[in-house]
Amino acid sequence: KRLELDPRLASYKGIWVFVEMERGQVHPVSWELMGEGHKLADVLGVELGAVVLGGDPAETAAAGETAFTYGADVAYTVSDPILKDYRNEPYTKAMTDLVNKYEPEILLLGATTLGRDLAGSVATTLLTGLTADCTELAIDPDNRGLLATRPTFGGSLLCTIQTLNYRPQMATVRPRVMSMPDAEPGRTGRFVTEQLGMVENDIIAKVLSFIPDEDQDKAQLAYANLIVAGGRGMGKAENFKLIWDLAAVLGAEVGGSRPVTHAGWLSADRQIGQSGKTVRPNLYIAAGISGAIQHRVGMEGADVIIAINNDPNAPIFDFATYGIVGDALKILPALTEAFRSRLAVNRRAG
Amino acid sequence: MHIVVCIKQVPDSAQIRVHPVTNTIMRQGVPAIINPFDLFAIEEALRLKDKMGGRVTVLTMGPPQAEDALRKAIAYGVDDVVLLTDRAFAGADTLATSFALAQAIRTIGEESPVDIVFTGKQTIDGDTAQVGPGIAKRLGLQLLTYVSAVDAVDLDQKTITIQRRSEGGVQVIKTQLPALITMLEGTNQIRFATMSDMFRSARAEVPKWSKDRAGIEDVTKIGLKGSPTVVSKVFAPKPKAVKAQMIGVDGDTPQAKAAALLDVLTGQHPRLASELGLIAG
Ligand SMILES: Cc1cc2nc3c(=O)[nH]c(=O)nc-3n(C[C@H](O)[C@H](O)[C@H](O)COP(=O)(O)OP(=O)(O)OC[C@H]3O[C@@H](n4cnc5c(N)ncnc54)[C@H](O)[C@@H]3O)c2cc1C
Ligand SMILES: Cc1cc2nc3c(=O)[nH]c(=O)nc-3n(C[C@H](O)[C@H](O)[C@H](O)COP(=O)(O)OP(=O)(O)OC[C@H]3O[C@@H](n4cnc5c(N)ncnc54)[C@H](O)[C@@H]3O)c2cc1C
Repeated sequence: KRLELDPRLASYKGIWVFVEMERGQVHPVSWELMGEGHKLADVLGVELGAVVLGGDPAETAAAGETAFTYGADVAYTVSDPILKDYRNEPYTKAMTDLVNKYEPEILLLGATTLGRDLAGSVATTLLTGLTADCTELAIDPDNRGLLATRPTFGGSLLCTIQTLNYRPQMATVRPRVMSMPDAEPGRTGRFVTEQLGMVENDIIAKVLSFIPDEDQDKAQLAYANLIVAGGRGMGKAENFKLIWDLAAVLGAEVGGSRPVTHAGWLSADRQIGQSGKTVRPNLYIAAGISGAIQHRVGMEGADVIIAINNDPNAPIFDFATYGIVGDALKILPALTEAFRSRLAVNRRAG
Repeated sequence: MHIVVCIKQVPDSAQIRVHPVTNTIMRQGVPAIINPFDLFAIEEALRLKDKMGGRVTVLTMGPPQAEDALRKAIAYGVDDVVLLTDRAFAGADTLATSFALAQAIRTIGEESPVDIVFTGKQTIDGDTAQVGPGIAKRLGLQLLTYVSAVDAVDLDQKTITIQRRSEGGVQVIKTQLPALITMLEGTNQIRFATMSDMFRSARAEVPKWSKDRAGIEDVTKIGLKGSPTVVSKVFAPKPKAVKAQMIGVDGDTPQAKAAALLDVLTGQHPRLASELGLIAG
């Protein structure tokens, strides 16, 4: 297999990031990717493009403006009432038409339910390569190709995947894997506006209704700044009260390891790790969690990790910031109490 | 109604170990199982068949040993199975995999047209969730990913109504058959095999299709040749250089350890401490 690029593909230039928008809300993973895309574009010396698809011209324009503040040079927008709710067919058409017309060399999407649905469809339609759930993106200095690194076998190993003689090179990245870049207010760019070229009658799938999740909080775990998590070492479901108590005092979210969600001590959407959520909080407190690689890959992006474990040799102490050796059932209430009294003092003082 | 379910045989990853020195996967003795996510697809297909009649065909692409996965599927009660196996398929990425599976489904459909194709949400080894959308696009099927419930199928009108997971809620979509559904996990529970199906499974002849039998002519679209992506490097994650700073010593009371930790946070992490309210922000 040759890595040399076919001359007919040499016209593909620039890096694109898909700006995922649902019901007027841009998914933060889009800006995380914009930050990564910016770095790659600098290495290659090319433009960074934002692709914004939506149903309302004001919304798409606003998202484009925000994309500029995160580093986009150009915003490619398609605005059409047909694109109001996500549907595979019109979104795939809008994206593939844009790619075929403007020929970017790299296309990045968030590995959300929407992003994966779209990425798989676009890659197959364009007959190009797609690397899933990358944790690192870089440029190969030898051939300007994308080096997309992703965990394999539950994170025990990493592999770097390259797309050979095909363009664009596509990759998805899970939310919270890349850090959120700082916005540069006032930074501007250029708009390129295209038409969808479809009428509603062309589209077979109809959205009959949308039922929002009752517990919107759960969806927020990935973006929580403070998380208290418990593992199998908590012993039994009732002991999780200690986790919830500490979380309540801190205003934190609650998460757990896989055995805990499997046992039903916590709901499945609170699982953190390779087959759960990736989190990137400022503070992660892990109680009774051993620190297996499949858990670690979901939380090691946290700024400060505090591990509480009664085994001084638990693997989690190899990568936590602070460790407390001891019985979580005793340490947690002590921590909750300590926080409660200091917070009270500060509130009185402040 | 004719339903095709795609399943993949995967190593039971709970038992996979990585060789500490060579960084290679130690597969020896690791049992192969049906990708756990695919069991939800099999069960949903069987439920539709129970309700509406018709037949369920299970398809897998893999080495000859993948026959075991298909026998298991027969024991659950599916009608037919097809094992797509050919050296030429080796090294396929998701684009090449979806091409081969789509072509096999086309060939299966020549005998009896296919109304619904089911896949799992994703596998536990490759873990890309790309094969389902790939098959749908190649066959021009309506793509319905992350489906949590099939509400209605109307064979006269050729319509299907489903619920699917999207960001922040559930979308109810009505569309036309034929469609491809990727089934969300936890949406049903695979049934127990009945005695008679277990006997049927033991006796069954598993049809093995080569690329020619599947109707694949263009060998540049399958296996390594048909794969735009290559794995260029496999390596172990860098171990973190610094270990945790331990707070307190053996014999300290929990209260003393808690207080020491708060002191460290306050002293070393002023931003976090002010976010937590430990110091006035
Ligand atoms: C394909 C695959 C995907 C996976 N995905 C995930 C995933 O997404 N998320 C995930 O978390 N795991 C995942 N796992 C499972 C993972 O390998 C580990 O088994 C799991 O993370 C262990 O959870 P744990 O730390 O809670 O339990 P254990 O490993 O059993 O650890 C319990 C810890 O608690 C400590 N302990 C016991 N009693 C106390 C006490 N009284 N006080 C303090 N400490 C105590 C013990 O010393 C031990 O370190 C996956 C595995 C596979 C194969
Ligand atoms: C560590 C690793 C990383 C990889 N990364 C990538 C990558 O980033 N991009 C890429 O293009 N390829 C990648 N591959 C190759 C990819 O795993 C294979 O192409 C594989 O055959 C299908 O992909 P999947 O396992 O991700 O399936 P998924 O797309 O996750 O599977 C979804 C569903 O499709 C069906 N299905 C999948 N495979 C088969 C099959 N063989 N027979 C029948 N039904 C099936 C099942 O119903 C399954 O639930 C990777 C492989 C490995 C081992």
